[in-house]
Amino acid sequence: MAKSALLKSSLAKKYWMALTGLFLCLFLIGHLIGNLQLLATGENAALNFNKYALFMTTNPAVKLLSYLTYFSILFHAVDGIVLTVQNKKARPVGYVKNSASSNTVWASRNMAVLGTLILVFIVTHMVNFWAVMHFDENMPLQKVEIEVGGMKQELYLTTDGGYMPVAQVEQGNVEIKHRKDFYDANAHVKLKEGYKDLYKVTVDFFKHEKWGLLATILYVFAMFVLAFHLYHGFSSAFQSLGLNNPKYNSLIKNFGKAFSVVVPLLFASIPVFIHFILK
Amino acid sequence: MASKYINITLKIWRQKDAKSKGQIETYKLDNVSTSSSFLEMLDQLNEQLVGERKEPVAFDHDCREGICGMCSLYINGRAHGPDTKITTCQLHMRSFKDGDTIYVEPWRSKAFPVIKDLIVDRTAFDRIQQAGGFVSVNTSGRTMDANAIPVAKFDADRSFEAAACIGCGACVASCKNGSAMLFVGAKVSQYALLPQGKVEATQRVLNMVRQMDEEGFGNCTNTGACEVECPKGISLENIARMNREYLVASIK
Repeated sequence: MAKSALLKSSLAKKYWMALTGLFLCLFLIGHLIGNLQLLATGENAALNFNKYALFMTTNPAVKLLSYLTYFSILFHAVDGIVLTVQNKKARPVGYVKNSASSNTVWASRNMAVLGTLILVFIVTHMVNFWAVMHFDENMPLQKVEIEVGGMKQELYLTTDGGYMPVAQVEQGNVEIKHRKDFYDANAHVKLKEGYKDLYKVTVDFFKHEKWGLLATILYVFAMFVLAFHLYHGFSSAFQSLGLNNPKYNSLIKNFGKAFSVVVPLLFASIPVFIHFILK
Repeated sequence: MASKYINITLKIWRQKDAKSKGQIETYKLDNVSTSSSFLEMLDQLNEQLVGERKEPVAFDHDCREGICGMCSLYINGRAHGPDTKITTCQLHMRSFKDGDTIYVEPWRSKAFPVIKDLIVDRTAFDRIQQAGGFVSVNTSGRTMDANAIPVAKFDADRSFEAAACIGCGACVASCKNGSAMLFVGAKVSQYALLPQGKVEATQRVLNMVRQMDEEGFGNCTNTGACEVECPKGISLENIARMNREYLVASIK
């Protein structure tokens, strides 16, 4: 009895919806803090961001959290679809005249539509950045240009704080394996490791001549959608978990409203900054 | 306030029986006193229909003073009509203007099938109640005085507020998901808050929620429509309390 109650019942579905939703809110905070580094300018902005990207793709604890995040997104989406289908079935014949706006707010009635749009955004977002970082054969490595004795030289930055001359790779003395490791072409020994240049990928994406503006606009639109989803979702999660206490209700509601405005706004500021302000 | 007389157009759902397909029918009704209640207006319409040798509109009603929970009706897109914290019998025609078109539909829910016209079968609520909405008491004549057990005033008040639910089903009708959680939340809460109800609290919430799901009601998405439309002002707090009770009960 108790077991099925925690998995199949209407309330259990709501608990999982709330728990995964709140976990994803935590993810948003972490993701935002990391990405705000893209607002930094100056010499080390790119390197710092790429170091952060390397950490986020290799650290085992982060990996565990990322798997939990993928799971939460999928579970939240599937659970949401199941709930929506059940809820549609609960009213097979609708009203001829229904005045929903007189007792509910728009966001609360459209969580499924908003959620679907967010899922589409997440998939495209992961194709554009996550998949490129993880699988793209043409993922660029971070390079710098320095002048040595009046001669310009291009160097790859390496994780040991050193360099690898681009010329060495071009001449065939050094080859790149695993899309990031520098190997001695003859001895087949790993010499150094480069930084995948996610900073460049991101900046190029939003500064793209043809569709950089469109990408920026769509990203900002997605953040609007996220804002409305969070506007209802954040405090709703607490209610679903039974955390309703007159003492704290206004605090939860107001925090949720602030969260739903501030987090998407800061996210949206990143592509806007890159497209319009960054030189 | 002196009463006026208004002429209205009614668009009412007519359905012969549970199996028939229904449709909206239009009726003109003149000289409706603004002092009459909505149900009296329907009585007036039915007199007119009977005079025309037509089938009168079937609708539920009983006490006509807002406490029995029999009257229902989805009026102009809202449960119990435009005002809040009232039942349809407490809605008066002064809420409408001369020349208004008023839509009148039955509650719409898979768990509340239409029996005829505006009457729906709300026995799903009875079955939920029977699944656990009670306190088992030995009624052999040696029952203890309920007041012998001290109850904190705060809890007693919350319990009483939850118990004010008349089971009319406006929550289900208003909810975009056809969810019955405000009703079940209120019924769970009214007992859970009292020491007499705590004894069977675990089984009660598990059984009532199971029955609610079996009846085919939807899932709550916290839109809050039910709380706005509830004629008795039952708070969403009760749904949260049910969620808490159920969570604790299901891991016990």
